[in-house]
Amino acid sequence: MFSDWQFIAIFVVLSPIFPLLPVAVNRLLGPQRPNPIKQETYECGIETVGDTWVQFKVQYYIYALVFVVFDIEAVFLFPIASAYNQLGLFAVLEVVLFVVLLATGLAYAWSRGVLEWV
Amino acid sequence: MSFGILEFLKSLIDLTVFDYMRGVWGDQRFVEPVLDLIGALVVSTFCLLIVIFLIWLERKVIARMQDRIGPNRVGGKFGLLQTVADVLKLLSKEMITPAAADWWPYNLAPLLIVIASLLMWAVLPFAPGVLGVDLNIGLFYVLAVSSISVVSLLLAGWGSNNKYALLGAYRSIAQLVSYEVPMILSLLVPILLASSMSTIDIINAQTVPFILVVPISALIFFISALAETGRTPFDLLEADSEIVAGFHIEYGGMKFGMFFLAEFIGTLFMSGLFATVYLGGYRLFGLEEFVTGGGWALGRLLGLVVFFIKMFAVYFVFIWVRGTLPRFRIDQMLNFNWKFLVPLTLALVLMVAVVEKLPFMASLGDVSRAGVHLFANLLLGLVTLEILRRFARKQRMAQEEKLAARAAVNSGSEPGNLAPEAVAAH
Amino acid sequence: MDPTIDQIIFLIVSILTLGAGFVVVTNRNLLYSALAMMASFLGVAAIYVLLDAGFLAAAQLLVYIGAISILVIFAIMMTRRLMQSTETSFNAQWGMGIFTALVVFGLFVAVIGNFWPLAPAAGQPLASGTAVPDGMLQDSIAALGRAFVSVDAFVIPFELASVMLLAAMVGAILVAWPKAEDEV
Repeated sequence: MFSDWQFIAIFVVLSPIFPLLPVAVNRLLGPQRPNPIKQETYECGIETVGDTWVQFKVQYYIYALVFVVFDIEAVFLFPIASAYNQLGLFAVLEVVLFVVLLATGLAYAWSRGVLEWV
Repeated sequence: MSFGILEFLKSLIDLTVFDYMRGVWGDQRFVEPVLDLIGALVVSTFCLLIVIFLIWLERKVIARMQDRIGPNRVGGKFGLLQTVADVLKLLSKEMITPAAADWWPYNLAPLLIVIASLLMWAVLPFAPGVLGVDLNIGLFYVLAVSSISVVSLLLAGWGSNNKYALLGAYRSIAQLVSYEVPMILSLLVPILLASSMSTIDIINAQTVPFILVVPISALIFFISALAETGRTPFDLLEADSEIVAGFHIEYGGMKFGMFFLAEFIGTLFMSGLFATVYLGGYRLFGLEEFVTGGGWALGRLLGLVVFFIKMFAVYFVFIWVRGTLPRFRIDQMLNFNWKFLVPLTLALVLMVAVVEKLPFMASLGDVSRAGVHLFANLLLGLVTLEILRRFARKQRMAQEEKLAARAAVNSGSEPGNLAPEAVAAH
Repeated sequence: MDPTIDQIIFLIVSILTLGAGFVVVTNRNLLYSALAMMASFLGVAAIYVLLDAGFLAAAQLLVYIGAISILVIFAIMMTRRLMQSTETSFNAQWGMGIFTALVVFGLFVAVIGNFWPLAPAAGQPLASGTAVPDGMLQDSIAALGRAFVSVDAFVIPFELASVMLLAAMVGAILVAWPKAEDEV
């Protein structure tokens, strides 16, 4: 079993080479003449005003939160799905209950208007 | 077994070269790691080189759809070397790092996104016995690795220290994160039918290709794959007319090239995954297991060809969609996901789970079971369409009512406005 | 005594994990802390792989790096003040914090040491325990799935998990969203 992951491990160690190589070649072939004007932030042709890292709105957070909930749900459902041919009718009932409860959460979010992009 | 150059060439054609090398080297400790290393090198090199072809293909096909010729100067009549020239141009450009950029996130982002898009290929079977590794959590592994690209977008947006980049990154994360939900849930359906997450098991379970068993799941997967790879109509992460190219605005030269590369590798991978999960992968009515009398496993080669045809057919649809549809707005994009795709996918998962366990299903053969699933899917599709029709009708009525009310107000007020003049005129 | 390749990998991975964890608590830039936290999650995933728990490793990647870290970073970016790198990562209670951490660590060592030996007995080699049979590993995901829904295993925790997720979602919306009467 570990030998399965051996390939992944080797792949992980090897894979940074492929993005690094073209960038390194670029560094060698391309010119290197930085100057302050060139290195300015590119925004609409005028100098950038104010701080970039401004406050963002709460919608992003809510979407991420709903996503986390569904992600965890998936982690539970994947093993069940991969044992599905070995399960009885009772299991189906449990899965249905599980999914319906989460759908209720989505419905609540919807009814509160959380999913509106204002 | 000793090494023979002829046998080696034969095993290359058969695509059994790794088994052959195992036979030659015997049972030594270094064998598997070395073979793994070669495998990883081959897969990654393939990905990097195929992108050159993919970009050419995309430009050519899009051009044809828009009634243009496309690349036609560099490398003969068909502009075959256009992308090679583009790569050389990118390589000779200066990589400008903005003075305000945050060095670590800025440089980690292109690295991570390419790594993530390469690592996904590890579980994709190209032909019988030709794949990186048959993990028993195959599809789950793909989903897990692809979630790294979200992090890399965030790094790019933050590290660039540019308002547009950060805005683009935020939007793209909202998009990726949202569309991951229907993608995960729609992949649950084939896993349920095959009772396994391994890509090989899923291919083996497809006596009838899953696109004919659960077409709605395939459609949802395709739509969310479009969104996950950030392609039209979901390309608002690089909407050049709105947020000036989004998160990679501050990248130049090959660092920009890396984002481009990752997008194309990712799209091809999603086509390959679609072909594997819904079109039966390398299967062609059992011919892929064909072995000639002389022991030539030519079926494998056939399987490879079949898989590539399927993969590029799906890829063509990706390009087709790009040539056809305009871009979504962000609110439409998110509404479409959370208020349509996710509820539909939840309903689909529940339905397939129940239908699969219906009392009479156990006694049916593969094909009739597929028929029952197909029927249930079509039923769900019809119900969905009907709900959409009613909803659209209600919206249209409301719109018409509003217009009518406005028209009534206007026609009622116009004489009133005119009244003094009218009086004066008389 | 030569260490096995597994042990070397374990050593490298745990050093990376702990180093990233150290950066999380000491770095003054909150975003860097969050990134280091991802790195440390990644290290934990690698340790899961070493323990032959591939599914857990992928779940760690999917949930902790792909979802929870993003949530944390969104939370950081929503609170403007925290994005400046001038915040100090220590407050008045750091002494108590260290004390609590040490107590919890001691507790873990005690509990784990109670069930598994922390060091090999004298004369025994420092090697991994019994290998898990390959068949059991291949079946492990399906076994997990069966356990989630069978009455004599984890069906109650499984259903409770969905109730908890629902409660988390509703609770978060209640906290984060303006009250209904404020809306137009």
